Amino acid sequence: MKIHEMTASRIAAGVRAGEFSAREAALDALKRIGEVDGTVRAFLRLDPEGALAAADRIDERVASGEDPGPLAGVPVGLKDNLCVEGREVTCGSAILAGYAAPYDATVVARLRASGAVFLGQLNMDEFAMGSSNENSSYGPVRNPWDPCRVPGGSSGGAAAAVASRQCALALGSDTGGSIRQPASLCGVAGLKPTYGRVSRYGLIAYASSLDQIGPFARSVEDVALALEVMAGPDPRDSTSAPLPVPSCRREPPPTLEGMRLGVPAECFSEGMSAEVEERFREACAVYRDAGAELVEIRLPRLPDSVACYYIISTAEASSNLARFDGVQYGIRSGAGEGMIEMYQQTRAQGFGPEVKRRIMLGTYVLSAGYYEAFYARALKVRRLIKDDFDRAFETCGCILMPTSPTTAFRLGEKTADPLQMYLSDIFTIGVNLAGLPAISINCGFDGAGLPVGLQIIAPAFEEPRLLDVARFFEGRTRHHLRSPVLGPGEEARG
Amino acid sequence: MNSWETVIGLEVHVQLKTESKLFCSCPVGWGGEPNSRVCPVCLGLPGVLPVLNRRAVELAVRAGLALNCRTASFSKFDRKNYYYPDLPKAYQISQYDRPLNGPGWIDISVDDADRRIGITRAHLEEDAGKLVHFEDGSGSGVDYNRTGVPLLEIVSEPELRTPREAHEYLKTIHGVMRYAGVSDCDMEKGSFRCDANISLRPAGSRGLGVKVEIKNMNSFKAVEKALEYEERRQRRILDKGGAVVQETRLFVAESGKTRSMRSKEEAHDYRYFPDPDLVPVVLDPAWLEEERKKLPELPAARAQRFAREYGIPAYDAGVLTAERELADYFEAAARLADPKTASNWVMVELLGKLKEAGKGIAESPVSPEGLAELLSLVVRGTISGKTAKAVFAEMFSAGSSASDIVRERGLVQISDAAELEGIVDRVIADNPGPAEEVRSGKDKAIAFLVGQAMKATRGKANPREVNRILKERLGRN
Repeated sequence: MKIHEMTASRIAAGVRAGEFSAREAALDALKRIGEVDGTVRAFLRLDPEGALAAADRIDERVASGEDPGPLAGVPVGLKDNLCVEGREVTCGSAILAGYAAPYDATVVARLRASGAVFLGQLNMDEFAMGSSNENSSYGPVRNPWDPCRVPGGSSGGAAAAVASRQCALALGSDTGGSIRQPASLCGVAGLKPTYGRVSRYGLIAYASSLDQIGPFARSVEDVALALEVMAGPDPRDSTSAPLPVPSCRREPPPTLEGMRLGVPAECFSEGMSAEVEERFREACAVYRDAGAELVEIRLPRLPDSVACYYIISTAEASSNLARFDGVQYGIRSGAGEGMIEMYQQTRAQGFGPEVKRRIMLGTYVLSAGYYEAFYARALKVRRLIKDDFDRAFETCGCILMPTSPTTAFRLGEKTADPLQMYLSDIFTIGVNLAGLPAISINCGFDGAGLPVGLQIIAPAFEEPRLLDVARFFEGRTRHHLRSPVLGPGEEARG
Repeated sequence: MNSWETVIGLEVHVQLKTESKLFCSCPVGWGGEPNSRVCPVCLGLPGVLPVLNRRAVELAVRAGLALNCRTASFSKFDRKNYYYPDLPKAYQISQYDRPLNGPGWIDISVDDADRRIGITRAHLEEDAGKLVHFEDGSGSGVDYNRTGVPLLEIVSEPELRTPREAHEYLKTIHGVMRYAGVSDCDMEKGSFRCDANISLRPAGSRGLGVKVEIKNMNSFKAVEKALEYEERRQRRILDKGGAVVQETRLFVAESGKTRSMRSKEEAHDYRYFPDPDLVPVVLDPAWLEEERKKLPELPAARAQRFAREYGIPAYDAGVLTAERELADYFEAAARLADPKTASNWVMVELLGKLKEAGKGIAESPVSPEGLAELLSLVVRGTISGKTAKAVFAEMFSAGSSASDIVRERGLVQISDAAELEGIVDRVIADNPGPAEEVRSGKDKAIAFLVGQAMKATRGKANPREVNRILKERLGRN
């Protein structure tokens, strides 16, 4: 087996055992990227020198008998909104072109200390705003299962890179589904941890009360491994929970006898495609056959979550993105024509249309006279949505839902209709509003060979239970082992 | 002509005395190279998060307690959004609807009349940076050293009625904040700043007139002058039947006038909303009770106690308690010497010399113990009061102790009766005319003869004794 086809756990075990070196793993990953990323276009920037230098340091540790860490030599890709000291970070936006971060994000520092080898930065929707990766200032990422289709978004580069075996592990961020939806569309595992489980320090904010960093991998075990490394309180993030990190890599239970899994009645009425519904019902059957009790639950405010999300997230974004004004860093336009002109032209030229749309929306909902009607009301609805989940968890241990109502759509298919695009996040958004942990795993394919994602949601800080349930499914199915056909000289399918 | 009533409200920004900034660990300081006290957090670089400085909360709560404010058991931070190059995140972290300190009050006294002035709130916020315009005109830069320094904004109710009251209110706040040890309140270093709101209304009416905000006043005197000017300006407009425009005006110290800066139409909509990067501040009632107990005695209470305990006039007590260090100085001296004498010496001699030397009480070369020693030499009759003033001057300039100076200069007072009798006899012999005048009942000449005795002893004779012996010799008893 080639190293790039191995899981992260397998690579770390191989490096630690001296079976192969971290350098070999890094070189193999870089070779793979060279072969397939011309088609997928997941990476915005590569750092081969940095990666090989890091790999060599791991190999030295192995050679000298030191513990190289649980992620020893694992090639990792980072979404381009995570800061790495001395490396350019753009959030997929022209406005930050050339900006190098002067510090490491907490997750980056923790992964680095655990032996991870960073390959480079992964493409994304500009400032994490989008569900298709088409909003990147640097062009869209292609879905490895069909390069004419979108990989999902906003962490499209991360999902596509892991699916196409360019890296075993990638970090993304999830504000309204930005990890789970691309994981679903690319057929990999993607975890959004509980809000506060993972430090946000060094994640360039989109919507601070919703953003959460999480891992992509090809197995739930890898996702759990990454979570254990990333999670835990951080004195640099006041919103990080002061809770110890539980062990997330337990052997899956042999049976789910007595486990109650909730299926929301609402999810069947939200424009779900027939094939997605079919795969979802099959996934439910896997659990039922294993002894779990499937119970119908109600999430009556789920349909309100899209409106609620697009008020809260845009309000926060309008403020978070105000600092990109051309004064300190990034591009600056209109210099010499006065301060106001500099602001206006820098932002007019630097931001793409979707970012501008959301900044305007957010500015509007916070404006005097509209605040109560929009923002304050959305906060109340958010509370109600959380209450819905709390009530549901009184009758079940985890909730099952599809991740996305459809499989990957074609590039350009929804760009003309932002509202239609927003509605594709209907199953993921509520989880962010309620701050819950949720994972998307591959639960099969549609007729066109495109992956379908199963979303599992757990109560806050119940990641171990969430990962148990996900791993149980993986143990009973083989969907996650399938690999998209991509390689040197291969033509994109139409 | 109508009669108008002036309505003034003040917003005071007090820089809290913390080691580090409000949301990062950068040191708080003054001066130094531009951008030498900055980090990614206070520079607002992409991806950073604020972490609240606990010490700033403690000082802000203490300040609130000193202002008789209701401390909020639940408080939160909000973002105030606006664009300016000195504001790196394009929002200021402040407190909007749940300030740390709610309603309070302080008592001020103007012309012996006491007034209680309401305080609306006192909230925590971060300072902005400073624009620097290059001297050669090549452009501007931003110095972010001040960015993120913790400020307490104290908002008064619109209850001040005259510029004098505004001045007195500021002095009182200044004293209270320094006493409570929450701020240095140094106006020159910007750690005590004030903006004023002023409007006029027909006397007797309860509504509020159109208000003008005045900025850029860098002393108490400037605040008073700016308000006086603005009061006159608004009265002139209203007397002519005109309308005051709601706007922000800048005080120009050179001309003593205000000029328009921006009108209401250009006013910002700050779009306040809760900062999602920070968690609410919830105070432990037990901790709050501890803080309340730790609060030092404040100026007004201390002045009352001084008057009562040391028997000094209320005015003197007020002067002595204006600054905590001065009051501490006086109390230290008063414990070792007669309090009334100590009070006079501190107020006249010490404050006079300090003012002359441009020094503060903390830099006084004479310690309270040193002053008390000097006073004890007078009480014991070792030196005269007049000599003591000369000795004090030397103590102040040379820093030596009173007893050393007295000894080295041979200033010990002559009180020995036999010695003084000899001197007096000689004076009488040398001045037969004045001596005869005294004998014949003209008291005026006594002073002359005493003066001659003092002159002969170079001031060392005990004047009271000289007086007594003279009268005895000249048969005036």
